[in-house]
Amino acid sequence: MSVQELVIPKPREITTEPRFSDKVFRGVVTTGGLSSLLLLGLIALFLGYRGFEVLREEGIGFITHSDWSISTDDAGNVLESHFGLAAMLVGTILCSLIAVVIALPISVFCALFLNFYAPGWLKKIMVTIIDMMAAFPSILFGIWGFLVLMPSVEYWAKLLHRYLGFVPVFDMQVPVYTRSPFVAGVVLAIMIIPIITSVSREIFSQAPLDRIQAAYALGATRWAMIKAVVIPHGRSGVIGGAMLGLGRAMGETVAVFTVLNIVFQINWQMLLGAGGNVASLIILKFGDASPYEIKALMAAGLVLFALTLIVNGFANLIVKTTGKSGR
Amino acid sequence: MSTTVTAIPTKPWQASRRERAIDSGIFLAAITTSFVVVALTPMKGKLAYFAIFFLAYALLTSTLKGSQRGSAAAKDALVNSLVAIGAIVTVIPVISILATVLKNGLPGISLGLFTHDMALATPTDPLNNGGLLHAITGTLTLVAIALVLSVPVGILTALYLTEIKGRFTNPIRFLVQAMSGVPSIVAGLFILSSVLYPITKAYSGLMGSLALTILMIPTIARTSEEVLNLIPNDLREAGTALGGTQWRTVAMIVLPAAKSGLVTAIILGVARIAGETAPILLLTGGGDKVNPNAFSGPMGSLPYYIWKSFNAGSPEAITRAWAGLLVLVGLVLILFTLARFFGSRKAAK
Repeated sequence: MSVQELVIPKPREITTEPRFSDKVFRGVVTTGGLSSLLLLGLIALFLGYRGFEVLREEGIGFITHSDWSISTDDAGNVLESHFGLAAMLVGTILCSLIAVVIALPISVFCALFLNFYAPGWLKKIMVTIIDMMAAFPSILFGIWGFLVLMPSVEYWAKLLHRYLGFVPVFDMQVPVYTRSPFVAGVVLAIMIIPIITSVSREIFSQAPLDRIQAAYALGATRWAMIKAVVIPHGRSGVIGGAMLGLGRAMGETVAVFTVLNIVFQINWQMLLGAGGNVASLIILKFGDASPYEIKALMAAGLVLFALTLIVNGFANLIVKTTGKSGR
Repeated sequence: MSTTVTAIPTKPWQASRRERAIDSGIFLAAITTSFVVVALTPMKGKLAYFAIFFLAYALLTSTLKGSQRGSAAAKDALVNSLVAIGAIVTVIPVISILATVLKNGLPGISLGLFTHDMALATPTDPLNNGGLLHAITGTLTLVAIALVLSVPVGILTALYLTEIKGRFTNPIRFLVQAMSGVPSIVAGLFILSSVLYPITKAYSGLMGSLALTILMIPTIARTSEEVLNLIPNDLREAGTALGGTQWRTVAMIVLPAAKSGLVTAIILGVARIAGETAPILLLTGGGDKVNPNAFSGPMGSLPYYIWKSFNAGSPEAITRAWAGLLVLVGLVLILFTLARFFGSRKAAK
């Protein structure tokens, strides 16, 4: 018998180098991921680029003055212009604060109800309804708010003015209740209730079960359990949810535009029918704006973008850190 | 021979008949109080009934529970009522919105609405003139283009966050979340400043779609990321163990497993943008004719139609706006139901 020569196969090369297909795959996916990163940068860049001329012209006055006027000669050259966002910024903050103050207790109670009180079938139905509400388009809230809700809210405003008029924010000299920041705040509150409710519900449902059961075992009532376990656990998460709602309320355009009277004067009286809103200003002035005024609107958009980005960033940070500490 | 005796199951934690009787007694008493107070005092209206009923109910239950079992029980009963108010106040607007849209929109719905456009009619014309065909086709075109643009970017972003987990994972996740809070008007202004003014210089459907894309990407990316995170790691490891490259593992195993969840993500994204108004007002130009070409010429859409009719102000125009809203809400609800359907089917598996 002849001994055949043993053929030893060449050892497979072991490498951590990914294959070509994987390199392509990783490249494509990374590009996709980075492109959304790029988009945000581009938004800030372009709005800043377009609004730069106005921002340089107005300087810090763009956010501290509150007159918005432009005069042009017949050829369309700008003679004089004053752009100030102060009244609009104050109005935006006022409306969204009213919205959060109204929406926060309602949402927190609703989230508690869903997590600890409602029977399973009711919880299912209500979660569906609340998710559905979050998907309603804002124009729907705007028109419904204007035609259906506003008459009732004006009546509530009259009640507030009559019985709580001594509180500075409910005070006003001229009784004009129509299209006030309060009305806008109520409409916004209804729009952000689903957001705050679902964030709070999520946070509350992460409350540690062993501690809940321990509280019950010690004889706590349901409220005592919530106070001792759920609220300490969820407090900062709820604050984060409220800030998410605040961010949404600040950027809302159409719904606010239909129910708010825009006046270029700083006004802290929430029941008076004169308010401001950066986003609504853009819609209001865009239709017949000259090219230079459009640049001012771009700058206004940039301010709004920065404002919402900061609020949302903080909110997400808070929600994220709470979510982790719960586990 | 002894008979076996089975104990009747009891539920001692449930409310006894007497407790239930007391509860309903308090409920009736609160209703009576609200009627009496409204009848006797100058406080009138639905709000008065509502507020007094809840006040009376909360006070009665908490004093009763307090007298029976002390202050802790009284507080508990009070919070019970507060929590119920929270839930009811949350649901009331939804019911009111759906009811008004149905009530005011149905009179404006007719067959002509879906077969005509507004080229030869103005919003203040009688209702049988014109329709919203151009708006429906416009919205569908806008959404279709936005879908084509945003689905790849959204899903690739989600894949980056779940499969690659590279250096940029945290900043991208943070920024995608921040992006979902970008006001829609800012997205509109961005397209205006970056594409419309320097490049095309004309309103068209495409501009609107681009703005909608920006709004849709974060919704798709975030929902897809959650879905992909639910796919068990065992599947990925099995794919790698069988010698698959990462590309084949993701394409042949992870994505098919997550398919219905991804469909849900896309539908939710569409529902988010279908009714988006502000960027549409800035960018599309809002034509009154059916315009199949998204790349040139003004393009109508449902939100623009509603907005225009609503601002025209006459009773016919307002009815048109409500009819448009009814169609839009119908569309959003259908999408929402589809999303639920796909979402729950995945959960059932």
